[in-house]
Amino acid sequence: MAFISFLAALIPLDGLGHYLHWGVIYISVANFIVIVLMILTFITALLAPFPGRSRRKESK
Amino acid sequence: MSTDIERQWTTRLRHRVAGKLPPEKVLPDTQPAYVASWIYVFGVATMSAMAVVIGTGFILALRGPQWWHESSVGHFVNSLHLWSVEIFFFAMVVHLWGKFFMGAWRGKRTATWMTGVVTFLASIATAFTGYASQSNFDSQWITTQAKDGINSTGAGAFFNVLNFGQMLMWHIVLLPLVAVILTALHVVLVRVRGVVPPYDDTKKVGEAL
Repeated sequence: MAFISFLAALIPLDGLGHYLHWGVIYISVANFIVIVLMILTFITALLAPFPGRSRRKESK
Repeated sequence: MSTDIERQWTTRLRHRVAGKLPPEKVLPDTQPAYVASWIYVFGVATMSAMAVVIGTGFILALRGPQWWHESSVGHFVNSLHLWSVEIFFFAMVVHLWGKFFMGAWRGKRTATWMTGVVTFLASIATAFTGYASQSNFDSQWITTQAKDGINSTGAGAFFNVLNFGQMLMWHIVLLPLVAVILTALHVVLVRVRGVVPPYDDTKKVGEAL
């Protein structure tokens, strides 16, 4: 329970949201973080080695 | 006699289904070598998240709003429902980017691509009606903000975001049914046509792998 209270204090969700504003682009920090994480996941999925890939190529 | 049996719609349909989708295609033993990449796991990740969304949705439907707002277990299941939706969309967007850049509509796979597109749109509508059905200040804010936009399209005549009962029915009956049927159709089409090969493997593009 104390750990949950600590987390809640660390990430205050009751206050006003934070927003980023560049010209016509107006986006919440939360949504911006999710988009950045999706882009990073996409790049990692393309570059990270897949387990057993070399073995599959040999059997092909 | 046998000619009569051959002409029956059940016989013809069975032959057609068995020809298009034999058991070895439904549950294949192996996949093409190019599928050995992390970019190919996001379709299954999306469906796994969808299974959690539906499972937690069943529990929420059984217990009702008072339970999910007031009890600790209710809060937990409600949070599981929300966060599995977040993972569902996260995985689906990465899946969409991957399929877009590999041109997944090539080789007579237009229907596979289009069922994916429509499933994405149906999922957005399902999530929206879910946010509208939370029965808290958040849903009140979302629906009062959305009503003007939706009414300006004319859809407000049959889709009234301020009608809680209607939004809940769309969220727990109509739209999940559409999303699940379209997802099943999408997976069947992937099994019929196979996973799209890379651009440099052009001789295999038209083959049903």
